Amino acid sequence: MENIIQLDKVTKKFGGITALNKASLHVKKGEVVGLIGDNGAGKSTLIKTLVGVYSPDEGHILIRGKNVNSWNALKAREAGIETVFQDRALTPQQSIVKNIFMGKELRYPFGFIKEKEQIKEANRLIREIGFTSNLINADSPVGNLSGGERQGVAIARAIYNNAELIVLDEPTNNLSLNETQKVFDFVLNVKKSNRSVLFIGHNIYHVYDISDRFVILDRGEVVHELNKRSVSSPEELMKIMRETIVRH
Amino acid sequence: MNNKSFINNMFHKNGRALGSIGYFILLMAIFFIGAPEAWIRPNLHQSVFVMMPTLIFLTIPLVFLVASGEIDLSFASTYAVAAYVFALLVKIGIDPGICFVAGLLTGAAIGALVGTLIVVFRLSSLVASLGVLFLLRGVILLLTNSRSITIMQVENHWIYPLLVGKFYGFPMQIFWAAIFIIFCYYFFNKHVFGIHIQHVGDNSVSAEQMGINVNAVKIKAFMFVGVGAALGGMFTTMITYTFFPTQGFGYLLLALAAVFVGGTPYWGGLGTIIGAVFGVGVIAYMEVGIIAIGWSGEWRQFFNGLIILLALLGHRLHGERVR
Repeated sequence: MENIIQLDKVTKKFGGITALNKASLHVKKGEVVGLIGDNGAGKSTLIKTLVGVYSPDEGHILIRGKNVNSWNALKAREAGIETVFQDRALTPQQSIVKNIFMGKELRYPFGFIKEKEQIKEANRLIREIGFTSNLINADSPVGNLSGGERQGVAIARAIYNNAELIVLDEPTNNLSLNETQKVFDFVLNVKKSNRSVLFIGHNIYHVYDISDRFVILDRGEVVHELNKRSVSSPEELMKIMRETIVRH
Repeated sequence: MNNKSFINNMFHKNGRALGSIGYFILLMAIFFIGAPEAWIRPNLHQSVFVMMPTLIFLTIPLVFLVASGEIDLSFASTYAVAAYVFALLVKIGIDPGICFVAGLLTGAAIGALVGTLIVVFRLSSLVASLGVLFLLRGVILLLTNSRSITIMQVENHWIYPLLVGKFYGFPMQIFWAAIFIIFCYYFFNKHVFGIHIQHVGDNSVSAEQMGINVNAVKIKAFMFVGVGAALGGMFTTMITYTFFPTQGFGYLLLALAAVFVGGTPYWGGLGTIIGAVFGVGVIAYMEVGIIAIGWSGEWRQFFNGLIILLALLGHRLHGERVR
């Protein structure tokens, strides 16, 4: 099956520190990949490189098999990769609608914004995500929303753009059980529509439940990859992860 | 959508502008009660209307810049540099229309340089633009030897009646300022440029993660401030037929005061064009109103200070910054 994206021996350094060391990773169409690793393993750096926030110092990034140069966040979004960042990447003083369309506004010629269309779409997405409060409409500032609702806005943005690959960085952090379930439902829906998800998490149980394949990262290197078929339980995955890291 | 949320959102979106309209009305009422006779004389308002367009050209672009999370003080010198380029070229016989465009380009270029300096080297915009403010003023004083340039010949060119002539008794610059306000209102609220400015000023990391080129947005905002300063400088030079090497300096604090009295918060992400227009109104009427009600000019600065503090306290009612 076709690779949506492939990172080939990517190295990223910050000053004297090597955050990623020849890390390789790929995501195929329609699969859910779980990226796991300890704190400081380089998960966030890997994700930020993958989605164009950081540009790699060495190595290649291939989109559908083709090498891309000067990789950046806009190119990643244009290539159909949407990210729900750990910090949600929202602007709290701005409205929900502005946040959903941030960086990808619906435009008339000369850059004027199709406000009505944006509001209509935002209201539809808010319903789809399942905001329960009556107080919430597309014009509400994001700063007035709860953590789960903010995550909803970040996810709505990813849905709207019909991304082929959705990267979720610690999406269940600080969420209630109910909200976590919503995130899971969302991932399953994405998978059902034959799109891909890259799921990053601390919580091995969460990652185990929804992933088809696991990638273990340690000290900036991809140290192990395994299919869900070869792991019988989250406990076993945790054990493998621990052993791999100790050996590395 | 229920009613309460509708009102809440209306207040969130327009509260700051409404606040500055309130200050304006209050100020007008005080002056009217203080000196009703002076207040109904048209020449008092005429003198305000001569001053207001220049302040509007300076203040509104600053709203864009402050909303983007930066500040610029150098505009007060850019004002003079652009006017100098304009006056000098007119003086040596170049078509004033071309000179006007050259002045605008000068303003944009200075803005681009200041913006690039601040963004690329990650300098404090307050301190760096303070440096540029003095540097450019020094350059102007050295180049002109502190002498002014008169350009009477501009009166015979079509650009004079078009930009600063009279239309049924009203100075043309009022119409240009009105067009500028409308343009900027849409540019700030309904155009990708304004929306990106608000995202960048609100949380530049988020904006960058969503693919917005934060540096480019900020540099463009600095360029816009430069263009506004150039407009102000050239309009004033045409109105008085004279370029003074010290011109623009007096507007530095007034324009900044108008931005904040107008309800644009200092922390970035938010701004109001309509508020800024009324902020300009408050500042401009303060300049003449004090005299009109029979107080001495010495009170002006005192009241300017007072109104800035009151405005800050008043806008506090709109709440803290949401995070």
